[in-house]
Amino acid sequence: MPGTHTDREYEARLDELRERLVRMGRRVEGMIASAVQALIERDDELAKATILEDDLIDLDEMASDELCLLILARWQPMASDLRFVLTALKMVTNLERMGDLAVNVCERAQDLSKMEPLVYQNVPIMADIVKSMVGDAVQSFIDRTPDKAREVMRRDDEVDELYVKVFRTILGTMKEDPESIHRGIHVQSVAKYLERIADHATNLAEETVFLVEGDDVRHRIRLARGKE
Amino acid sequence: MGEQPTLTVEFSAKSGDEPAPGEPKFRATNVEAWFGDNRVLKGITMNIPTQRVTAIIGPSGCGKSTFIRCLNRLHETIPGARMAGEILLDGVEINGHDIDPVLLRRKVGMVFQKPNPFPSMSIKENVLAGLRLTRRLGKKDQGQIAETALRGAALWDEVKDRLDRPGGDLSGGQQQRLCIARSLAVEPDVLLMDEPCSALDPIATARIEDLLHDLKARYTIVIVTHNMQQAARVSDKTAFLLSGELVEFGATDGIFTSPRDRRTEDYITGKFG
Repeated sequence: MPGTHTDREYEARLDELRERLVRMGRRVEGMIASAVQALIERDDELAKATILEDDLIDLDEMASDELCLLILARWQPMASDLRFVLTALKMVTNLERMGDLAVNVCERAQDLSKMEPLVYQNVPIMADIVKSMVGDAVQSFIDRTPDKAREVMRRDDEVDELYVKVFRTILGTMKEDPESIHRGIHVQSVAKYLERIADHATNLAEETVFLVEGDDVRHRIRLARGKE
Repeated sequence: MGEQPTLTVEFSAKSGDEPAPGEPKFRATNVEAWFGDNRVLKGITMNIPTQRVTAIIGPSGCGKSTFIRCLNRLHETIPGARMAGEILLDGVEINGHDIDPVLLRRKVGMVFQKPNPFPSMSIKENVLAGLRLTRRLGKKDQGQIAETALRGAALWDEVKDRLDRPGGDLSGGQQQRLCIARSLAVEPDVLLMDEPCSALDPIATARIEDLLHDLKARYTIVIVTHNMQQAARVSDKTAFLLSGELVEFGATDGIFTSPRDRRTEDYITGKFG
């Protein structure tokens, strides 16, 4: 939000909101990276520590919502300021959900760390893409770069394709080896959580495009199909 | 398949994107205005839609009041003031030699910032004051015209039992609606409003804003306001003037959510000055 508002208190509150979002975004990004690491390295302690971080995310969400409410009530923002506050409200909801999903990944990682390892080669690939999507979505918001945000949106398709592959692979493994069903279900859950995190990262990216360009790019493909 | 999705969001009849009925009420082309040597309007070109509320916003001194005062030739009444350019009202040049400015101002009424009823004149006489300038009124007509105008200004229920009391007895908000009634009594096509709520409290302001939604069904309204939220609430189209130039003119919903011009953005987000 370049430029300076004449009302310095207003400017300070918008800055505070921006900083809170960046901090929350970075925290969620770190949680997801740790959750994936705990899964791959079968690190129960790291999973536990990551789960505890979710409390901070929840507090971030409440504090940001309260700040948005205050800004709306006191200053009735307009134009890009209005889009920013609207975006902030949606971003914190998405980030909070991503934190919850990271917790779910950690819980499955804890269960899996106590079982025999299962080969699930596409899951780390998926995790890498999802991590980069979250990082880029947060960064594109900070830098106000809609092109980078659009790149995040594009990568969601890759994650969706990988999820289908993981699902099929695990299904095949479970059919061949019924002993693997318990582990297989956990791994399939992890893949689903990652796929959901990618969806939330896509939402963040869409919000960034709206914030910078004022253009609502959500649901374009689905709506276009609906009109055919 | 269920119902087809739609992206249309209806905000009653207020989006500003729907076409106004018929031709624009005003077509202003390259309008310039001066106070002596000081050029305060620098080539304003805009079409003001019929039976819509058009808001004009901009910082003090940007020329917004001067512009609306050109629309009923009130600008020229100030010594040393003059204008150039073309202003068509229903296709007719208002500055033509054959146009009587007094008759023009009956068609294009004006409500000012400060309510200005005649304080010792009765409520009823205040309503009829403008009309008396141009015609004699029978007693029956007087009552009917006053009631219609007061109803139109949403004031009738509050004053119907005290029409003979002085206009100065009314509250500020009621006085402003009395001035609106006085404008309506002469059956104008257009109401120009120059910051009509700036001297009013929030309740009186809300009454006027509510009234505007009704009035635009019959009248074309042009409102100058410093209150951005008010412009966003009441208008269909918004024009942003800066230093005598029209920076941006478009549907109000677009101007206040995604203005196209950086200067508009800076002004409405409070980044000026």
